[in-house]
Amino acid sequence: MTAVEPETAVEITVDGAAVEAHPGEMLIEACERSGTYIPRFCYHSRMSPVGMCRMCLVEVDTGRGFALQPSCMVPVSEGMKVSTESEVTKKAQDGVLEFLLINHPLDCPVCDKGGECPLQDQTMAYGPGETRFVEEKRHFAKPIAISETVYLDRERCILCDRCTRFADEVAGDALIHFMGRGNHTEVNTFPDEPFASYFSGNTVQICPVGALTAAPYRFKARPWDLTETLSTAWVDSLGARVAVQASRNRVLRVLGADADAVNWGWLTDKERFGFEALNSAERLAAPMLRDTADGGVSEWSEAGWGEALDRIAGAVGAAPPERVAVLGGARLNNEAQYMWAKLAKGVIGTDNVDAQLGDGLDPAVVLGLPRATIDDACRSGGTVVLIGPDPKEELGTLYLRLRHAVINDGAKLVEITPVATGLSHLAQHSLRPRPGTTAQLVSALVAAVAGDEFEAGSTGVDRSELEAAAQCLAGADDGVTAVLGRASLAEGAEVVEAAAIELSALPLVRFLPALRRGNVIGALETGLAPELLPGRVRLDGVEDGGPRVEAWPRLPAAAGLDAAGVLRAAARGDIDVLVLVGADPLNDFVDRDLAYRGLRGAGLVVAVDLFMNDSSTLAADIVLPAAGPTECDGTFTNLEGRVSPMSRKVTPPGTARPDWMIAADLAERLEPGSTEGLDSPESIRAELAQVSEVHASLTEEALNASPVEGVLLARPGATGEAGGWRRSGRPTMGRSPVGRTEPATGPAGREDPPEEAPEGAFLLVATRTMYDDGTMLRHCESSRGLAPAASARINPADLDSSGLDEGAAVRVVSDFGHIEATLTADGRVPAGSLRVNWLAPGAPANALIAAGTDVTVVEVEAR
Amino acid sequence: MDRQTAVNGYIAHAPGYVHNDGPKLITSRFAHDDSFTLARYEATGGYAGLRAALETTPAAVHDEVRAATLLGRGGAGFPAGVKWGFLPPGKHPYYLVVNGDESEPGTYKDRLLMERDPHQLIEGCLIACYALGLQQCFLYVRGEMAVAQERIAAALNEAYEAGYVGRDICGTDFSVDIVMAWGAGAYIVGEETALIESLEGRRGMPRLKPPYFPAAVGLYGQPTIVNNVETLSNLPWMMVNGAEAYCQYGSESSPGTRMFAVSGHLHRPGVYEVEHGVTTFRELIYGDNFCQGIRDGHELKMFIPGGGSAPWFFAEHLDLPLEARPVGAAGSMLGSGAIVVMDDTTDAVRAAWRVVKFFARESCGKCTPCREGATWLEQILRRILDGEGRPSDIDLLLDIGDNISPGPYPVAAHNGLEAVPFPPRQTTICPLGPSAVAPVVSTIRRFRHEYEAKITRRDPIPIEVVPIGASQ
Repeated sequence: MTAVEPETAVEITVDGAAVEAHPGEMLIEACERSGTYIPRFCYHSRMSPVGMCRMCLVEVDTGRGFALQPSCMVPVSEGMKVSTESEVTKKAQDGVLEFLLINHPLDCPVCDKGGECPLQDQTMAYGPGETRFVEEKRHFAKPIAISETVYLDRERCILCDRCTRFADEVAGDALIHFMGRGNHTEVNTFPDEPFASYFSGNTVQICPVGALTAAPYRFKARPWDLTETLSTAWVDSLGARVAVQASRNRVLRVLGADADAVNWGWLTDKERFGFEALNSAERLAAPMLRDTADGGVSEWSEAGWGEALDRIAGAVGAAPPERVAVLGGARLNNEAQYMWAKLAKGVIGTDNVDAQLGDGLDPAVVLGLPRATIDDACRSGGTVVLIGPDPKEELGTLYLRLRHAVINDGAKLVEITPVATGLSHLAQHSLRPRPGTTAQLVSALVAAVAGDEFEAGSTGVDRSELEAAAQCLAGADDGVTAVLGRASLAEGAEVVEAAAIELSALPLVRFLPALRRGNVIGALETGLAPELLPGRVRLDGVEDGGPRVEAWPRLPAAAGLDAAGVLRAAARGDIDVLVLVGADPLNDFVDRDLAYRGLRGAGLVVAVDLFMNDSSTLAADIVLPAAGPTECDGTFTNLEGRVSPMSRKVTPPGTARPDWMIAADLAERLEPGSTEGLDSPESIRAELAQVSEVHASLTEEALNASPVEGVLLARPGATGEAGGWRRSGRPTMGRSPVGRTEPATGPAGREDPPEEAPEGAFLLVATRTMYDDGTMLRHCESSRGLAPAASARINPADLDSSGLDEGAAVRVVSDFGHIEATLTADGRVPAGSLRVNWLAPGAPANALIAAGTDVTVVEVEAR
Repeated sequence: MDRQTAVNGYIAHAPGYVHNDGPKLITSRFAHDDSFTLARYEATGGYAGLRAALETTPAAVHDEVRAATLLGRGGAGFPAGVKWGFLPPGKHPYYLVVNGDESEPGTYKDRLLMERDPHQLIEGCLIACYALGLQQCFLYVRGEMAVAQERIAAALNEAYEAGYVGRDICGTDFSVDIVMAWGAGAYIVGEETALIESLEGRRGMPRLKPPYFPAAVGLYGQPTIVNNVETLSNLPWMMVNGAEAYCQYGSESSPGTRMFAVSGHLHRPGVYEVEHGVTTFRELIYGDNFCQGIRDGHELKMFIPGGGSAPWFFAEHLDLPLEARPVGAAGSMLGSGAIVVMDDTTDAVRAAWRVVKFFARESCGKCTPCREGATWLEQILRRILDGEGRPSDIDLLLDIGDNISPGPYPVAAHNGLEAVPFPPRQTTICPLGPSAVAPVVSTIRRFRHEYEAKITRRDPIPIEVVPIGASQ
């Protein structure tokens, strides 16, 4: 905790001792900071106090004599006297504890909370030895499932309002509530409405008794058998801090850790229960080979690491560097990413490396624009522009932070998204540009902010709405934070990049990249992108003396290809060795057809992964098993550039190895001595800090000094400079991004998006959902089945004119392919657009999209 | 009167208004069968108070109410004129909420006012709205009062049609909308912040304080005045006759009249309008003009002076005046104007159990001591009544009471404190928890021997002693 500023401190007396407190802070907090712990059940520092359990009653004197007051509800004031140990206080607290216990079942020996239960601890320490309650205890059916994963035992519940408050106040999903009254009060869901919240697992974590339990942990372990390590969630790029708990070499539970700058202790259920996939029996446990040389496909056969690596090294060594490509890498930790970057660029000498699969943004934009932190975006009274994905679906914990900022701290949200998001009802202004016109709209908006003439043009946004939003932005004296990402994967990245460039013309604007894929920022910072070297250094900038890559044997001779380029080249037969490092292009690349052709056309395809996925099943010749995020040490870079440890808790299955080790083994085979001294994550981190100026602050001392918050890397634009990423002016960044191959329509021939969809057709919007048919989620027991089926959502007005019925089985058809879906009327989709969910089971939306197109036109047919 | 004369001469259902020759400020129309119609109301001087108010300025109306020291009739007895003054200037819109959720055990005076003279209440609302510059009034009627709801709805329709409510009332530019809402049957909604929660469509639970008054933050977060039905029903008479005439009635500190709902073992239970602060309990219970004494020659054993939540009084308290301050000083409260009289045939334990059961059922479940403690009290009393009491139960009852409401109850019994003490001596959020303690502590203090008799008279459980090894 930070020291109290003397001039603003309030002095109070706690049990006779003078204590300094923050003005406005609740008494319970001030006492705890001074070392006096007041027992509590309903109070939670991240939620508003309700004073319901009455456990924290203490005698308080504010000048009118001592009186019992709930310390969670009383703000400190100068001269306040508190007595936490008086007879009256003790009597009141003992009384409340007895009241809580009289109807609480004594099933601690079989209760999951037993051993880490505040009620049990409090009773053990201060409770009566015997009960005075001889009546029959209250009974309810035990336990009831209130959602797919969460079980509620109402007999154990002490009605503290923590779960219901979380659902209402923090998550905004008020699906659980108090029912009944008096002694029959219970927490429950509404009839036929399960507690289907993306954040339901948090209620289990904050329940002060064993009333709420989650399926993945129920009856799996006793708290005293668990060992714990602080780590970082890996399922999205927010980098929520977690505590990973394991017993008998198996991860059994993940809890949110309270990092003030990041997740405040909250997690999405995907972050919380995602570990289940790592325990799956289907994890890859040994290298496997198969022969696809003579037309047919042989069965997979297990192989030794030596044999598998020799074969890969042989193929890579025989191929010219530009005919080798590495796709993926956002799954890896920073150390492994650096090793793969060094292997590909420094040892093999190829620049055909891309950690993003066409679903991200140009690294030049991500690394070149001034970057904001999460705290910047969520600051009190700040202004946030969302040009990106629905945070509720893609970056759940960021959604909670933004929601809190808007509701509690007066932050203003301006939303520029093609369809409504989970934050729309909180947005001051929601602009819905027609797909493909986001940049035009932002350009008009910036002009309006500056007071210049502007044209809303073909964006479909009302001029007055635009003016109102511009006024809101113009009023943001302390600058604007833009949350930047891909709102729709059917809208080209160039559109968003151009919008970002336009927006950067505003005075004082900073960007929080809302890229989704795990450690994607780490991948870009360590150079896993075409034309990029570790530390935001361009390949062609090496001569300028900036980068320090003496440790690398060589550098690529020429600029390489991005994911789309690699797949096009592979489809032409120009790629001899394609390495997929935790990548599934078939499902994740924006263009399914191109991914298919690329995978089939590539020479040797190597997959380094935790599981077989659709792409490796289709095309891989060699599969190497990698260690999962809880199975190797390393660090994670979150979307704001905060580096925090990801720690090893258990051993990987079979002979699976950490990714850095696989890269190091390959590098040693190709260039003996190139990995000299790189035999641990620490040594790799040391070399990274030496090679990359950006990572220079990433020392072991710094990491140890801030185990919870992590270390914030030097941010681009933090000092007004572009953070070492040399750019030669705005236009270059937007229209002709580095490493990008020619789009389908040609660089100069990029056609303006159609004014509007042809009669009867729609402009496609493809958005991700929290749960989808991704490889990890398929193997995660508790979230399997939560992925929504494919639905084609159109505006109710369009439904009326389409002649089709709500719920009709339809085929969504574009020029490039089709998927089958259910037609749904949805007022959140503007007229003329059609929204499909990305990667729905059996209906991959990337079948509709061609790489390099800005706008996809689709039609709907009954089937 | 037929259905009220039940077996054993016992009056099973309180008869409502009983005609008598006391002062008639707000019950003057009760004698008419059609008192709830607009025709009768207008024929008996109805809406004259509104017209009188509209002819002066809002500030003058407010001054008149302040000068009359109109005390709130809901229970706390806070002066309405002062409460109105709490509205922060410039935070429009303000709202007026009428608390018609009368559900304190024993209280049924507001029900009569709403059933028999709804126009008087509507006129009172209009006068209050005019004085405070409000445009919106919510009339919250208890869920179970179906007749009151029907009569108020019909009266509102009549009043809208006749131009008393709505746009440009009585040809002036004063406009008010009155909306009736009804509860879903929760006692706690009588608490004003819980009522506001319920009105907003949420679960009726008291709001946390501070803010202490809805006048600061009330309905939909706006400044809100919450007044009792009887309080507002006084306004029409006051506007016609003036504050000075009003102060002719009652005592100096509690002017006017007040309605009391008297029930129990009486010759003539009912609702009586009496002079505030002058009449004593003895006059009300024994007076010929009022209840005419205890039924069938029995003796008074105890009485509840201010609704179910008030500590109980006994024969020695009969000469206290019906006024909040002396009743508070004697250790109870005048509350909502409900007097329940019990004669010497009453079983004190059973009576206490019945009241505690009510509060245990009606606890909102929000805070622990009330939710768990009230039910525990009820369970122990039930056990004692069933002949399964334990000798330790009396101390246990008192200790549970102490854990809900620490120290001697109520605080009002202590010198120098107002009727609503601050800070409250309660481990609960609102006074409902201590309400369940009041009858238990009152009866144990006075009739401990009755408890002891029930506990010790228990027949011993016969135990057959079988020597070891002898069972074969």
